[in-house]
Formats: sequence, C-alpha cells, structure tokens
Amino acid sequence: MLDFLSTVGRVIIAFLVATGRLVLFTANALFHLVTPPYFPRLILKQMIDIGYYSLPVVGLTTVFSGMVLALQSYTGFARFSAEGAVSAVVVLSMTRELGPVLAGLMVAGRIGAAMAAEIGTMRVTEQIDALVTLSTNPMKYLVVPRILAGLTMLPILVLVGDIIGVFGGYIISIYKLGFNPATYLTKTYNYLEFMDVFSGLVKAAVFGFIIALMGCYNGYNSKGGAQGVGAATTNAVVSSSILILIFNYIITELFFSR
Amino acid sequence: MTSAAPKIQLMNVHKRFGHKVVLDGLNLTVGKGESVVVIGGSGTGKSVMLKSVLGLLTPERGSIKIDGEEVIGLGLAARERVMMKFGMLFQGGALFDSLKVWENVAFGLIQGRKMERAKARDIAFEKLAQVGLTAEVGELSPAELSGGMQKRVGLARAIAASPEIIFFDEPTTGLDPIMADVINDLIIKCVKELGVSALSITHDMASARKIADRIAMIYKGKIIWDGPVADIDKAGNPYVDQFIHGRAEGPIKMEVKV
Repeated sequence: MLDFLSTVGRVIIAFLVATGRLVLFTANALFHLVTPPYFPRLILKQMIDIGYYSLPVVGLTTVFSGMVLALQSYTGFARFSAEGAVSAVVVLSMTRELGPVLAGLMVAGRIGAAMAAEIGTMRVTEQIDALVTLSTNPMKYLVVPRILAGLTMLPILVLVGDIIGVFGGYIISIYKLGFNPATYLTKTYNYLEFMDVFSGLVKAAVFGFIIALMGCYNGYNSKGGAQGVGAATTNAVVSSSILILIFNYIITELFFSR
Repeated sequence: MTSAAPKIQLMNVHKRFGHKVVLDGLNLTVGKGESVVVIGGSGTGKSVMLKSVLGLLTPERGSIKIDGEEVIGLGLAARERVMMKFGMLFQGGALFDSLKVWENVAFGLIQGRKMERAKARDIAFEKLAQVGLTAEVGELSPAELSGGMQKRVGLARAIAASPEIIFFDEPTTGLDPIMADVINDLIIKCVKELGVSALSITHDMASARKIADRIAMIYKGKIIWDGPVADIDKAGNPYVDQFIHGRAEGPIKMEVKV
C-alpha cells in the first residue's frame, strides 16, 4: 500500500516539476520575445521554413478535407433532405475547426520535430554552451526567432488552407454533386461571418506558439546523445499535438459559448 | 605563486547534482598570463568546474571571481559583459553546423561585438591562417572537416575576439598523437602571442606537460595537488603519481559500478 502511494506521489511530483520547468521556460521565452536585440536574418529563415515550405503539406491536407467534407455532408444530409446546407457546413467547419487544427497538427509533425531535433543536437554537442561563451543568448538566438515565426506564419498558412479547403469542397459540390456554382458561392459567402475566420486565425496563432515552444523546450532540455534527441523529438510532437487539441477546445469555448 | 589580482579565483566552490556531490570545496587560482592545466580522471568534476566559471552551471556555495569581480549570480547583461573576456575551445569543437567555417570563427565578433560582417570576415580568415588553415577551408561547412581541422577551427573561434582568458576542454582528446602535438603547439603559440591566461582540463599528460605553467590535480571535487609543471614528477603525492604513470593500482579506485 505504501509502495503504491509513494509511486503515485512520485508521479505527481515529477509532473509538477515538469510543468514548473515548462512555465519557467515559457516566461523566459516571453521575456526575450519582447526585449531587443532581435536577429532579423534568423527570423526570416524560420518564417520561410515554417510558412513557405509547409504550404504543400497544408494545401494537400486541406484540399482533401474540404472535398471529403462536401461528400460526407451531402450523403449524410440527404437523409433528411438538407443537401442545401453543404456549402455552409464546408465553409464553417473549414474556417472554424479543420483549417487551424489540421494545419496545426501537420506543422507540429513537420516543424516541431525538426526544431526539437536541431536544438537537441545543438544541446548535446555543446553548441548551445558555445553560444553562451560567444556572448550570444541562446534564448534570443534560437528560441525567439522560432516562436515569432510560428506565431506569425501559422495564421497565414491557415488562411491559405481555408481558401484551398473551401475550394476543394466547391470542386466536389459542382462537378460531382451537381450544385449550381453561383448559388453555392452565394450561400458560402452569406453564411460566413467575420468571427468564423477570425477565431480560426486566433487558434492558428496560438497553435504556432505551442508548436515552436514545445519544439524548442524539448530540444533545449534534451540530454544523453542520439537517444535523448530522439526522445525530445517524439515528446515535442506528442506534447504539441495534445496541447493543440486542448487549446482548440478552450479557444472555441471562449469564442462561441455564450 | 599567485599575483596580486588573480585572473580567475575559485574559492570553496560546491556543486552537487541531486545527492551526487561533484565539486566539494574547490580552490584554484589562475594568474594573469599564466597557463594552468587541471588534470584528473573522468567524472572528477573537471567539466563542471569550467562550466561553473562560465556561468553555465551555478554552484550552491563558494565564490568565483574574474579580475576580482564576483561572477556567481550576475545578471544577464553583466554576465554577457564578463563573457566578452572569455574564449573557449570545446572538446567536440561545438562548431555551429548551420554556418560556414568562417562564419563560425566570426560569430563572436558579429553577434557578440556587433562588428560589420565584411570586417569580421577578414579577421576570421586571418585567424584561420594563424591556426594553419587556408582560405578555401573557410568556405566549407564544419561537417566537411576532419576532427583535427574542427579542433583548429574551434581554436580560431576561441581566439577570434581577442579574449583575455581561454578555456581548453580536453584539447587533444580524440586526436592522433601527431595532430595532438600540432594542437599543443598552436595552443602555446596562441597563449604566448596573445598573452592570455589559460585554463585547460585534460587527462592527456603529454599535453598537460607541454602547455602548462602550473598543473593542478582534481580528485573527488577538490584540488589535491597544485604546483609548477617541473615539480609534478617529485610531487610525492600518491594520487598524482598514480595518475601521471597511469597505474590501475593505487589510492584512486575506479568506480566501475555505474
């Protein structure tokens, strides 16, 4: 019995320690985020990595999601003769939910993993210590550019993804399901409100922050050679994916529950 | 033995990780223009000592003074100012693999001292020439270099910003005996030419005898012997005798059990 209790206690303490470390790291990152100097070259490089090179992945994900959304809602809604709602379902689910969440998860896999692996390798090969000895703050040099890029690029990616996803739904609706293009577009436009898109972009910014933060945090604290870097990479992707889903609910609650 | 204002002074420094005591009241001074080599086996606290002076680790107790200024607990800006006095050659080189060789050498000048890139580039190539590397090498990336060349680049980076103090972390480990001697000669040349104070840690006795003015031996987190390099063979200390002759039998028991 006592063994069991001490195990539970140890798990809880370990969890609290990990949470505390993450909070301190986040506070430290935020402090450096708002204090100069900045490294424009590095920020630009990260923006290109996150924003530009993620376009194909995000585009493919959203176009097929839009297509499947049109197909599914058509066959589902046909059961109670509500096929006309397809355009609204596509545009609302795309902008509010699927755009940000899918882009977030895809970028978490692509970018979060790369960040953790790169920074983790720098940690275990003493490159981060070397930065300190060269009078360069590693938080400013490594972490801030990535967080800034995540924060700004994810909303842009999601905006592009939203458009591509709605376009995917449109293609299926017109060419496969036989909707009238003009009516479909008018309905899409009429149902869409500013808040739908805006909430999605807020989500995207938060997800971008989470992805970069978890990638950097796990990489920064990795230890023990190749195995440690591997573990850091896995942790970065898993933790940022879970946090994305949790914060997706929280932000939805904040925006839409009245 | 120590001049009036020692360059580095460690007094009664304690550092532990969990229950494991690593530094246990360590005392060491490095005078101006002096080259001190700390010898000792693996896991005796050599690296922790260097990292404590650099501020990468914070000791629990004791005092570390650079030019008479206490550096434990320094703020961010003050720490960066003190770091300007340092150069460090890392054991594995710790070169930034995302940058070219010359950018590595110029890093401290560009990021730490805000020098213009073109000017820093000239200095970088000058320093590369000092360690016997051609201009072509400067355009390569660190991954394309052999271990010995990486050490030389690391040395060029350490001396690039004309530091007052240079740390050498196992400068000859992992090199063949000839390359090791080349590095030793370069270290002597750099230290003499620049008139800097040097603190090295190594377990390579040939290297220690060559580059040291004074040798100190660390064992279980304490300095157990300290004297001019010429006296090491008549130290009369059984620990030192065992170490410099590389005997398995003696007062130092290897902890084979992990």
